[in-house]
Amino acid sequence: MRVTVQVFARLRELAGKSEWQCEVAPGATIGDVWKTSAGAYPALADFSRSVSCARNEDFARMSAPVQDGDVIAFLPPVSGG
Amino acid sequence: MQVPRFLITSEPLAVERLAASLEQASRHVDEGCGAVCTFVGVVRATHKGQRVQHLEYEAFEPLAMKVFQRIDAEVGAEWPSASLGIHHRIGRLSIGEASVAIAATSAHRAESFRVCRYAIERVKQVLPIWKHEFFEGGDAWVEGALADVDDEAARIRAHEVACA
Repeated sequence: MRVTVQVFARLRELAGKSEWQCEVAPGATIGDVWKTSAGAYPALADFSRSVSCARNEDFARMSAPVQDGDVIAFLPPVSGG
Repeated sequence: MQVPRFLITSEPLAVERLAASLEQASRHVDEGCGAVCTFVGVVRATHKGQRVQHLEYEAFEPLAMKVFQRIDAEVGAEWPSASLGIHHRIGRLSIGEASVAIAATSAHRAESFRVCRYAIERVKQVLPIWKHEFFEGGDAWVEGALADVDDEAARIRAHEVACA
């Protein structure tokens, strides 16, 4: 199945793009989407321990399952204010 | 003069308008409004010894709006008679410009201070917005907290700071 991946801020710069499609196996989790993405864009891997994620514009856990057509966002540590 | 309580905007912020709008809305609710506390975060000229030239803020806007609602619900649960508004600027900002404006109203002063402080602590912890600093001869993304709205320990820390 296929999901859309979005990245922001430093992750966007490291990947060189803000959005892409990612193929994952049925039953895959957000964590699997991250691993696949970090495989395609190795510069992202440094953030494996400091990334948070959202599924369809709501915060989610890396262990959450994904469905075909989901939009998965990966967020570096935030710095608003 | 109705101003949205929660806003992400590339336009300059106006904390007075936010505060006035909140006061007006809470004037005749329950005890009424006796205190308005505001906080404005502005772009500082230095960061860790380096001279900042300007900043750029980027937001994941749909999620940020949901996080605002979450912070508002937390405030509502803890301080039910208070009212809160948060406006955050995005895009390019110069030194001295406001990046965030917060207003909190309540019947009495203590609550308004607490709500205002709690709100800025939560913004720092969980709002999906990123600051990109541009120095003389370089730039850097500022990386703060790992955003996790369900991190109860972080929420309690924000509450403790607000009530200290």
